[in-house]
Amino acid sequence: MKKNIAIVDYGLGNILSAKQSFVKASEDNKIKAAVKITNDPKEIDLATHIVLPGQGAFEACMLGLKNIPDMIDRLCANVIHNKKPFLGICVGMQLLANTSYENGKHKGLGWIRGEIKKIPSTGIKLPHMGWNEVTITNKNKLINLSVLKNYYFVHSYYFDCKYSTNQIGRTNYGIDFASFISKENIYGVQFHPEKSSNQGLEIIKNFLML
Amino acid sequence: MLKIRIIPCLDVKDGRVVKGINFLNLVDAGDPVEQASFYSKNGADEICFLDIGASIENRNTMIKVVEKTAEKVFIPLTVGGGIKNIENIRDLLKAGADKISINTAGILNNKLISDSSERFGSQCIVAAVDAKKKNNGWTVFSHGGTKDTGLDAIKWMQQLESLGAGEILLTSMDRDGTKDGFDIDLLKKASKVLNIPVIASGGAGRLEHFKAAVIRGNASALLAASVFHFAKFSIMDVKKYLKKENIEVRYLNE
Repeated sequence: MKKNIAIVDYGLGNILSAKQSFVKASEDNKIKAAVKITNDPKEIDLATHIVLPGQGAFEACMLGLKNIPDMIDRLCANVIHNKKPFLGICVGMQLLANTSYENGKHKGLGWIRGEIKKIPSTGIKLPHMGWNEVTITNKNKLINLSVLKNYYFVHSYYFDCKYSTNQIGRTNYGIDFASFISKENIYGVQFHPEKSSNQGLEIIKNFLML
Repeated sequence: MLKIRIIPCLDVKDGRVVKGINFLNLVDAGDPVEQASFYSKNGADEICFLDIGASIENRNTMIKVVEKTAEKVFIPLTVGGGIKNIENIRDLLKAGADKISINTAGILNNKLISDSSERFGSQCIVAAVDAKKKNNGWTVFSHGGTKDTGLDAIKWMQQLESLGAGEILLTSMDRDGTKDGFDIDLLKKASKVLNIPVIASGGAGRLEHFKAAVIRGNASALLAASVFHFAKFSIMDVKKYLKKENIEVRYLNE
């Protein structure tokens, strides 16, 4: 069956890389997939897989999403009710939380219980920028490994999960934080799989196989 | 643990890679997309393109180079050189660049740094600083290292941080092209006063230079050009050496 991948475009960041990486992962693994960058809520209904990328500030991203009429409604209908596979990347993952404390207090989508907090900057540089390890703490369908692998991170805020069952992988930078979260069909990664070379493309492939 | 990043820098003019010695004497050294792809497969943690042509035609050529690179290379790509305004930044990000490095335009117009980091996020704004020793400190040069701005480099970098830059690409003009090693004093001073990552640039010639920049200079990332382009040693040689010296690096497929 052909997969329809909708990458949600709400006007922020470099999402072409996200698209290219999904195209590459599908071609390399002979997965039939149409990858579309879209800001049309109707495309979310037609999609089999939904990707929410994100770069920049939480508030600006949330506002960008809200400013597309019906987009949040269609995302809820397709992800929460129809259980379509969903992947949030970086700020796209953070938007899943209830609340963010980045420059004030802002409401998120609230799909996975948690809060977005600043990484304590004592003795370390922020943003947390570069390649770091993810230790898998819960069995899952996207990263199947017993050895550590490196992924590319760029962020200053982290997802503080309310329930440890939602934390699938963790990373250390000053503190241990949830770098990979999940709840049923919903996945979120703090790092950038689209910028994490072969190990990132492998996650994308596994997501496409869901 | 966060790994030290090794970044090959490709100077690009009219769609071709050229090498630079003290910003002069350019020698053609290949196609940027192929080179970026080669470096990505051979251990680079990021790629940096520096556009050294200034014409409008050249700008459009660069956008095409970035687009083609983004199709083939799946590690972060920084593009700099001749960035003048928000539109230049937007066009390059749209073409697939992850970070934009800003130098002269940020000096002429500080607001470009704050406006662009607000609009696109600090994570994609790299402030490039060309510093040259003067008296007891370092002074900032603009326009590809040709104009003395009179700015104190350390103070300017602190200002760049407060304007919203996400990291500093710090080039020592005294060391650039000499292969005598990074300017450790400059790096040390910069990393000490800054809370954002510093990329060391200018002077890499031997493996020990990379170690010194990390251990003594506290650099978060190491950028080099000619030693890689002319295969004095490979990126993996640097990584193997650093690992042996107990510095955390990323190995491919790890």
